[in-house]
Amino acid sequence: MTERAVATGTPARAPIRWQVGRLVERRVETPSAQTLVLEVPDWPGHLPGQHVDLRLTAPDGYQAARSYSVAGPVVDGPGGPRIEVTVQRVPDGEVSPYLIDVYGAGDPVEVRGPLGGWFIWRPEETAPVQLLAGGSGIVPLMAMIRARRETGSKVPFRLLYSVRTPDDVIYADELRRRVRDDFGLDVAYVYTREAPEGWRGEPHRIGLADVNTHGWPPDLEPLTYVCGPTGFVEAVADLLVGLGHPSRRVKTERFGPTG
Amino acid sequence: MTEMSYLDGNMLDGPLRELFAVDLSTAMGRCENCGMTGSMASLHVFSHAPGLVARCPSCEEVMLRLVRGPDRAWLDLRGTTFLQVPLPLEQTRPGPL
Repeated sequence: MTERAVATGTPARAPIRWQVGRLVERRVETPSAQTLVLEVPDWPGHLPGQHVDLRLTAPDGYQAARSYSVAGPVVDGPGGPRIEVTVQRVPDGEVSPYLIDVYGAGDPVEVRGPLGGWFIWRPEETAPVQLLAGGSGIVPLMAMIRARRETGSKVPFRLLYSVRTPDDVIYADELRRRVRDDFGLDVAYVYTREAPEGWRGEPHRIGLADVNTHGWPPDLEPLTYVCGPTGFVEAVADLLVGLGHPSRRVKTERFGPTG
Repeated sequence: MTEMSYLDGNMLDGPLRELFAVDLSTAMGRCENCGMTGSMASLHVFSHAPGLVARCPSCEEVMLRLVRGPDRAWLDLRGTTFLQVPLPLEQTRPGPL
């Protein structure tokens, strides 16, 4: 056994049960992504990178559940703790179109979490961090960026964010602001279909030069987090290992075609 | 790509928490077929089946199957030789027990 098992963020206890959350606020992030702020009265807290399962029940009893990354630290509201999830519309999806188009303020949704002790960043970590996001894969990585600032961590962060077009950048304004205000945070973009005006170079899929230029060299022993669609994660993980990053320091989270 | 799309073993935590008190996605597991030992979070999970099928990232053999019915669940771990589950350090108790 070469790798030491690491204690999880959530101590052992009874199985996690579904609880009812309610929508208190909604923010439009891009034409196809929205952030839902859910009030979850018994929320026990979470670590950056963890996810929740949301479950919907139709009048006939049919149920559908999906996993969503929590987008940032818990916020205290008048009715209890609030968590944020950012939902990307999957056009033929079962759950995401409902959450974006139909689900209204005050409506209940079943919530189970926090889940996942693997794809997490702990603010007490001291290694430099590189984050590689494809599309809505930015969400758990944004949770890490937000937690870094909130906990006063001085660990240097680099984010490389691959999007189709400038309009698809989730949290665009906040990222601009944080690059200015969060000392030690660098953000770079790769555009796959359409680049903004004045952009140097052509739209392209993320490649070795992008990862090499905007990531940390392996000598610095960074922690690496890659999140995006399966194809993106495969390609980027291969590039990183090719550059000499040990695969045990490259944590990945893929999301699939269901939504 | 002709391969069916899969998810990471990270997503197993939610479904398995109905059965277990700990996060099994951070456990280390050994593949019965090829002997590879690694984090269950690195398994390839196929959710298109009627249930979840988790395969070894090295040899693609099935290590775990989970099917959830309305009032019961089936868990098949025959492809997993062992699971090593991280637990918090036990508190030391003063005095003889």
